[in-house]
Amino acid sequence: MQQITLRVNGRQHAVKVDPETPLLFVLNDDLGLRGPRFGCGMAQCGACTVILRGQVVRSCVMPVRAVGDDEVTTLEGLGTPEKPHPIQQAFIEEGAAQCGYCLSGVILTAKAVLDGKPDASDEEIRIALGGVLCRCFAHTRMLRAIRKYASGNRQHANPA
Amino acid sequence: MQTRRDFLRSGGALIVSFSAASAQGPFDTHDSHIDPKKLDSWLAVGADGTITAHTGKCDFGQGIFTAQTQLVAEELCVPLSRVKLIQCDTAVTPDQGTTSGSQSTPANFNSQGLALAAATAREALLGLAAQKLGGSVDQLTAADGVIADAAGRRVTYAELVGGRHFNLPLDASAKRRSREQWTVLGKPVPSLDRVALMTGRFEFVQSVRVPRMLHGRVVRPPGMGATVASVDKGSVRDIPGVRVVVRKDFVGVVAETQYQAGLAARQLAVRWSPGPELPAQRSFFEHLQRQPSRDTLSVDSGDVERALGAAAGVLRAQYRYPYQMHGSVGTSCAVADVRAGRATVWSATQSVYPTRSIVAKLLGLPLQNVRVIYVRGSGCYGLNGADAVSFDAAVLSQAVGRPVRLQFSRQDEMMWENLGAACVVEHRAAVGADGQITVWDRADWVASLGNRPGYDRPGNVISGMLAGYEPEPLKPGPAKAPAGKLQNQSNAVPCYFAGCIDGNCGGGGMIRSERVLTHTVRSPFFTGPLRSPLRIQNAFANECFMDELCAQAKADPVAFRLQHLHDPRIIGVVQAAAKAAAWETRAAAPAVRKTGVVRGRGIACVDYEGGNGYAALVAEVTVNLETGVVRPVRFVAAVDCGPISNPDGLRNQTEGGILQGMSRALVEEVTWDNRRITSADWETYNSLHLDYEMPTIETVLVTPEGVPANGAGETAITVTPAAIGNAIFDATGVRLRELPFTPERVMAAIRENRA
Repeated sequence: MQQITLRVNGRQHAVKVDPETPLLFVLNDDLGLRGPRFGCGMAQCGACTVILRGQVVRSCVMPVRAVGDDEVTTLEGLGTPEKPHPIQQAFIEEGAAQCGYCLSGVILTAKAVLDGKPDASDEEIRIALGGVLCRCFAHTRMLRAIRKYASGNRQHANPA
Repeated sequence: MQTRRDFLRSGGALIVSFSAASAQGPFDTHDSHIDPKKLDSWLAVGADGTITAHTGKCDFGQGIFTAQTQLVAEELCVPLSRVKLIQCDTAVTPDQGTTSGSQSTPANFNSQGLALAAATAREALLGLAAQKLGGSVDQLTAADGVIADAAGRRVTYAELVGGRHFNLPLDASAKRRSREQWTVLGKPVPSLDRVALMTGRFEFVQSVRVPRMLHGRVVRPPGMGATVASVDKGSVRDIPGVRVVVRKDFVGVVAETQYQAGLAARQLAVRWSPGPELPAQRSFFEHLQRQPSRDTLSVDSGDVERALGAAAGVLRAQYRYPYQMHGSVGTSCAVADVRAGRATVWSATQSVYPTRSIVAKLLGLPLQNVRVIYVRGSGCYGLNGADAVSFDAAVLSQAVGRPVRLQFSRQDEMMWENLGAACVVEHRAAVGADGQITVWDRADWVASLGNRPGYDRPGNVISGMLAGYEPEPLKPGPAKAPAGKLQNQSNAVPCYFAGCIDGNCGGGGMIRSERVLTHTVRSPFFTGPLRSPLRIQNAFANECFMDELCAQAKADPVAFRLQHLHDPRIIGVVQAAAKAAAWETRAAAPAVRKTGVVRGRGIACVDYEGGNGYAALVAEVTVNLETGVVRPVRFVAAVDCGPISNPDGLRNQTEGGILQGMSRALVEEVTWDNRRITSADWETYNSLHLDYEMPTIETVLVTPEGVPANGAGETAITVTPAAIGNAIFDATGVRLRELPFTPERVMAAIRENRA
């Protein structure tokens, strides 16, 4: 057991855990977060996705000691129910889920891609989502929501 | 953050006004103490006018929570926000069995269950208002929780019964509001879980945490039938606080943290005695057909052998469907708190009351001391690991005397779930000179072991079997002659059959020389309902073979189907799909190119379970003749489920169903070696990920008048593999009779066709 300090969704947390513990378990069990979820424990499905250093990370395979001082953003860190992030708003408007268990992987991956490359093509977005699994197959609506968010961003960036 | 305890406390406060029912002692159905014949079991009006409704049908992402909330709001004439729906909790909701089989809509949206309760409540409120205001009920109008008379005098629901019981039975004559009156039901209301889901606040069963909770893991055998020889508890002594729990062949560990529990599960030294070898996968379908079987005749006109003997040409074909998985994205999870002779289980089971019975049996507790509370898990698509993990969590919690949260590893989930059944279907049929099918004989062999545990069969899933309970036995025996009403036998009976039993013809089709014989045989793996259980298998075999008969008759696949159908509802969806897809009538004789990428279209249709929803699907695919890669590019679906509760939800279910069906048609297949399932993660069990280039999907909703509400979550998926198979034939001239349509299988068939 070791005292570890984590910055998650804009707040500092001190937890006492085995440093080898996967980040996911700390987020769920010590910080009470519900966004990242256990799917496979092998970085195969994306359900545990968080953003770290601007990149999507599979928190099920990342030991908490490897996080360091950098900010971790989970799905609940993007926006709140009262004020969802624009990509969350697009998913809400499109009803882009069924069970919704996979959403951390879908939403955070799409956001990270579009943050890095606001004019990413549909194909580039799709390829980036290759490591994300949705077994309800809400794919059509999810891709529609992502496109909606991307085009909103572009309009915002280049006002007519 | 709201803790589980706060949640229960607030829930408990709400329940107090309600659970006076529990003081009234046990009632009739399945030992449930909540009498479904009493209005107060279903509905209450709070002192603030809030309508609290109880349902035994739960939401696992299919949208039934929102639809049921709409139903109650509609019947009670209140806005959606005034309704609080509580789903599936054995302490408060009526026993409605299992949420499965596309039965939630028939059960709760027609003239029984929740719909009847809500209609009874509205009429009761109107009756009370008439007394209070003086005058007759037909002079009153209800809106927004207020009843008013012609003179403008008003009384609120809360003033009439707020915080009190109705003390009324359900009234079978209570009238539903008519479809023309609907203002909430039938509208594309956004699903109520959206905001919480998209912002990461939604509470899944995987998110449930209770005070003093420990973490468990199971240690499953290395293969089917293996038994514990010995467990070396000392092998995990270096992990602080670990407890090892062994009960016959059930082995589990409990620790303070998930991480420690995972370490302990991997490190625990268990010696296993291996079970019998598994039948080889490469010859598995032949193996199935050689096993002793329990036989069922769904229909038998008695003349098929004679008719086949007399036919000019008999077409025969064998279709094969592999084992497939539910493969939930989140592994199954439950939290159990078993202390002082009482148990509470937070579970994603589709069957809270049956699960309560099994937990009571496994723990040796009286039924009334066990409470099962439904909390939604990852999408299940049928019997995934939700029941098994609930039983395991309860056993672990009882052993350690503290609450235990248990979540399966990916391998625990995929090696031991109740798979979608493998089966073989054999057809023999003939087409007459007039182009009509004269005779169709059909036999199938279905692999079966275990199933839903129900109220008394723990051994139907792995947990129960490891704890020493047998799965439901399969007694081989010959079929009885069909009698009574036609049983569609999970769509084993093709929709083109007249389905005549003793002169009563319950089928939707024209074929009168007909036989359907099902052989149920013992499966080496657990099996259980997977979205469209056996219906998808049967529809694949039936609808592709129908296409073969069509090709033999040199007829158009739409016209050929229509000329063998008389049920107006299935005719309706076939015509609607063909029209929306701009289907060009032509004989099913593909123009075959030899190279490059070819394109084709196919159609398939289903009368789901014989009267529980109708769907027709046109698929357009391309096939690369060099690589064998099949790419669906467009689907056009027509769906008829009667009155639609929520068109947006229906479209979501239809789209998701088609794509799930596409994944199952193209890539999904369970594999095994001589001891164990080897497709136990997402590298070894294929599923189309989010990078797959998606086809376009158009959905036409067909809504005939004067029919009841049917299920809708399983109709479109049922016909997807068949529609794709028929489109591949149209594109290539090659008939694929085994799923999945992998490039290897497609290339092998193309080469064979060229030779």
